[in-house]
Order: sequence, then C-alpha cells, then structure tokens
Amino acid sequence: MFGEFVYLDNAAATRLDERVLGAMTPYFLETYAVATSQFGYSPGIEAKDALEEARSTIARALSAKPEEFIFTSGSTESSNMALKGVAMALGARSGDRRPSGKGKHIIISKIEDFPVLYSARALEKQGFRVTYLDVDEYGRVNLDQLRQAITPETILVSIQTANQEIGTLQDVAAIGAICREQGVLFHTDATHSFPRVLLDVREVPVDLVTVTAHLIHGPKGIGGLYVRKGTPLVKWMDGGFQEFNLRAGEENIPGAIGFATAVKLVTPEETARLQDMRDRLIERLLQIPHSRLNGHPTLRLPHNANVSFRFVEGESILLHLDMRGFAVSTGSACFSRSLEASHVILGIGGNHERAHGSVRFTFGRFNKPEDVDAVADAISEVIAALREISPLGKE
Amino acid sequence: MPLPYSEIVMEHFRNPRNVGRIENPDGKAVEGSPACGDMVAVYLAVDPDSQRITDVKFESYGCASNIATGSIITELAKGKTLEEAKSITWKQASEALGGLPPIKTHCSVLAVDGLRAAIQNYRERHGLVKERVPTTVEVVRKRLKHVMNPMTGLDLVRTKIVRDIEVSGGKVRVAIDLPADHQFAANIREEILEKIEHLWDVDEVVIEFTE
Repeated sequence: MFGEFVYLDNAAATRLDERVLGAMTPYFLETYAVATSQFGYSPGIEAKDALEEARSTIARALSAKPEEFIFTSGSTESSNMALKGVAMALGARSGDRRPSGKGKHIIISKIEDFPVLYSARALEKQGFRVTYLDVDEYGRVNLDQLRQAITPETILVSIQTANQEIGTLQDVAAIGAICREQGVLFHTDATHSFPRVLLDVREVPVDLVTVTAHLIHGPKGIGGLYVRKGTPLVKWMDGGFQEFNLRAGEENIPGAIGFATAVKLVTPEETARLQDMRDRLIERLLQIPHSRLNGHPTLRLPHNANVSFRFVEGESILLHLDMRGFAVSTGSACFSRSLEASHVILGIGGNHERAHGSVRFTFGRFNKPEDVDAVADAISEVIAALREISPLGKE
Repeated sequence: MPLPYSEIVMEHFRNPRNVGRIENPDGKAVEGSPACGDMVAVYLAVDPDSQRITDVKFESYGCASNIATGSIITELAKGKTLEEAKSITWKQASEALGGLPPIKTHCSVLAVDGLRAAIQNYRERHGLVKERVPTTVEVVRKRLKHVMNPMTGLDLVRTKIVRDIEVSGGKVRVAIDLPADHQFAANIREEILEKIEHLWDVDEVVIEFTE
C-alpha cells in the first residue's frame, strides 16, 4: 500500500537513496572502527580517511575548506551550536565587557525554524537581548531594518537561507555584507536549501552555516555546521577531541559517508525537474477558488509549494489526502504538536484562518511528473467536499 | 493504515451525518471562529407541542474530531426532547465515537457547546427561559467568553479586550478595546449580538469600539 503512496512532504524527511545506503553499508559491517589518528591501527586509519573524504566532499559543495566543516547529529544541533556557541564565546557577562566591546544582543528573523527560534529564546532567558526582525508579505527580511537593528552590543545575526514552510529565499549575500561591514557574525540556517540552492562561502560573507543530510535522500541523524576559520565558538560538547576539538563524541562515520554521497547525487538537472513540478502544481492549485500562494512567487525553494485555502482547515485536508494516498503538511494549529498556528504564516501578516488553511507540498527525487496532476485533482475534490460542510464562505 | 483516530471517528469524518443548514431554523448557534481553528454551526427544527427535535443539522470548519463530534451529536440529539438533548455530555459523544485523543478535547467540546447553545437560542427566542435569571454584568461576561478574538484564537475575555460592560434597564453596553475600523470589528460585533440580544430581559445591545 505504501508503494502507491505519493509522498509530498520532502521538507520533513526524504526516502534514503539506495546508492546512499550502499555507500554506507561497509562502514557498519567492515570499516566499523572508530576514526583514529594516523598512528592507530589500520581499520581506524581507513575510517579516518573515509571521514575526511566525506568532509571534503561536503565542504566543497559550500566552497569551504575541509577543516571548516564540523559534523553534527543534524541541523537542530548545528543551529544550537552556532547560536549558543557564539553567545558563550562573545556574550559578555553583565559588568564584564570583553576587550572586543561585544555584548549580549542577537538578531534573528521572526520566521526562523524552531532550532534557531528556541535557541534565541533560551539565550533570552540567560540575559541575552534578542531582536526578532519583521519580514514582508513574502517572508523577506528588510535590509534597512537589519542595518538599524545592529548595535555595538550585537554579536550575531542569524537569518535563514530559505524558509521551512513557505520556501522564501533570503538575500544572504546582502545580509552577510551588512554583517561584515558592521563587524557582526552571521549564521544562516541552510537546512532546506543545501545543496540545491548554491551557497558559496567565498562569495557570501557568512560565518556559520547549518546543513543536514536527511532532506536530500541522505540518512537521518547527521548534519553539519560550516564554521569560518577564526570564528569564536565555545566547544559544544565536552569529551574527546573530535571535530577539531569543537564537538566531542565518536564521529558517525556511516552517516558522514551517507551525507557526502547524498550531496554528490544532487544535480542541477534534478533540481530543475523538481522546480518544474513545483511550478505546475502552483499553477493548478491557484485555479482552486479562494486560494493564495504563501511565500515569494519566484524567490523560493525549487521544490516547495505552499498554498492557503479559505473556509477549510488543514488537518481535515491532510487526513482526507492521506486516505487518498498523499502525504502533505499544514500550518494549522490542529496539526501541530503545540496546537499553535504557524508562526511563519502569522509572521508574513497572515491571520489564523490563513495559517489553518495552509498546505505545504515539497517534492523530492522519487516524485514523478504525474504526481502533480494526481495531487491537484485530489485536493480540489477534498477542498470542495470540506467547503460543502463548512459554515464559512457561503454568503 | 495507522490512523490517529478511532474507526468510528474516521467513519463520521468521511461521511458526516446531518450536514447542512435548515431554512428558517427554530434555533441556531455558532460556536468557535475561524481564528481559533474550529467552528461549528448547529441548526434545529423543533416541534412546539412535544418540544422534540424533529431535525438537526450542522456545519463544521475544523479538524476531524470537530467534524466527527458534530456528526455524532446530531445523531444523538435527533428525536430527543430539548431537555434530553441539553443533557448530552461531551463524554457521551466521545464514548459514542469510540474515544477521542485528549489533545482534541477543545475541538470536540465545541460541537457539544454548539448543540446546547442552539437549544438555548430556541428557548430564548420562544420565551421559554423559565429560570428568568436576570442579566447581569457577570452573565454578559460569561457569554463573551464564547466570542472569539480572531487575532489570537482565544475568547474576548481571555485576551482582555473587553474594556467595560454595563447593564441597566434592559440595555447592555459592551466596550471593546479595538478601533471601530479594525478588520475584525464587524465580525466581533455580530458575534456579540448573537450571544446577547436574545436574553429575555435585554431590549437593546450597544457595542462600542474604543481605542
């Protein structure tokens, strides 16, 4: 039954590519030793070499040096490490201003994903001041507002490369340039864009970048953080001296191999194919009455479509689609574990109703062109049926 | 296929009973709002002699548990007297559905409240409110707890936008902390009227927007 299922929630998790699994398997069954120094035993040296090769592959996709890339357990850890690591390194305790003159102010956008949002809130409880930048109706940060928000106390700006729900891309090059000019560190969460949307750290003045494997048909439980050479960061996990002494713990070597293999398998041709499906789906969905696109019409993730339908609620849409064999996501409060409506839709000026009726479709490698019409047909019927029983929109 | 709800809930969600409206209903009520994520409208046709519910219909904007509870509550209420129908509890509805996830209590309680409010609406419209509890500021406040503030999804009282309530000689004045040209002002006004103007000793309702 699951074989027939059309999975359109690739921004939540993706099916592992069998080639990734094939590349990982020997590192569970044969080269399972921990990565040792060059003076260790041969299986450990072999493991170390494989790990470093994986590191180089992923670093190359960012045009970074291998020693600037740290493996983590995923993007949640990476963003926690970036925000809290910098805060601990630079955040002067009250009455204890460091020679750098830096203080306890952090800037993020109000539509960041939870790892950044809640790391910032956790730091707020520890006495940091956080500015939550507004975004426009498409979800874009206003560069003048960013410039004005930076103070001599500011230590870090964290603004995502692409939004997790509505797919809007930020102008990270311009944001980075402002931060560089003001002498403030810049972190970007590229969880949803890497490596489909090019981010070249030689061109973009960014100091920290969060990435993950699980959204590009790689394994869950492995991600990474790009750390530009010289970026002050307090060691995140204490223990051994792994990951350039920034994150203790035995390296997840099969995961790292899987991540690198997944990165290599992403091609511009494939991304163009996803974008084509996205565009056709958006076109179909906007033909449904009382629908509107969430996010920017062009500056958006190549595989993300997000549309709100009036007079109907997302969890009901989701369940009906599930019964018909389609998996999608919604920003409705009823669907979320917290019972809170999407902070992203509210952040772009939408009301609760728009959040409750929002549906996110995200494409991946295993989607076929015919999935577009299939899901568009199904959701048109579902919306019509739910509007039939809705007290809204009848007058 | 693993499902978040019981088979009965899914069945009512797929094929809800008694969906729609009744033209010129004898009683009707709307509970919840689009902002809070769930909304249910209940319409009643009542035989005046026997006080029995001859027909009941509902409409739902909401999640599966809201739709399924609306469906089951109309099945349970049909043919019952108003007195019997009024005493149907959320627990009975939930049991009839084979159980509901605790996190969905709010959405399903709304349907039960909708039925009760529709019965109350019938009684008020037909001058049948026997208790004749005089309308006080507290009565009005309690009713405003059933009017949603669309900006937050919580009710007017909880979100502290009720600035003042006055009750004197059949006249109720409610002051709401919102500009009169606010996008939700008209919506809120209508919902407040629906909740208060049918009270037996209320002749006039004045809603003021102040900010």
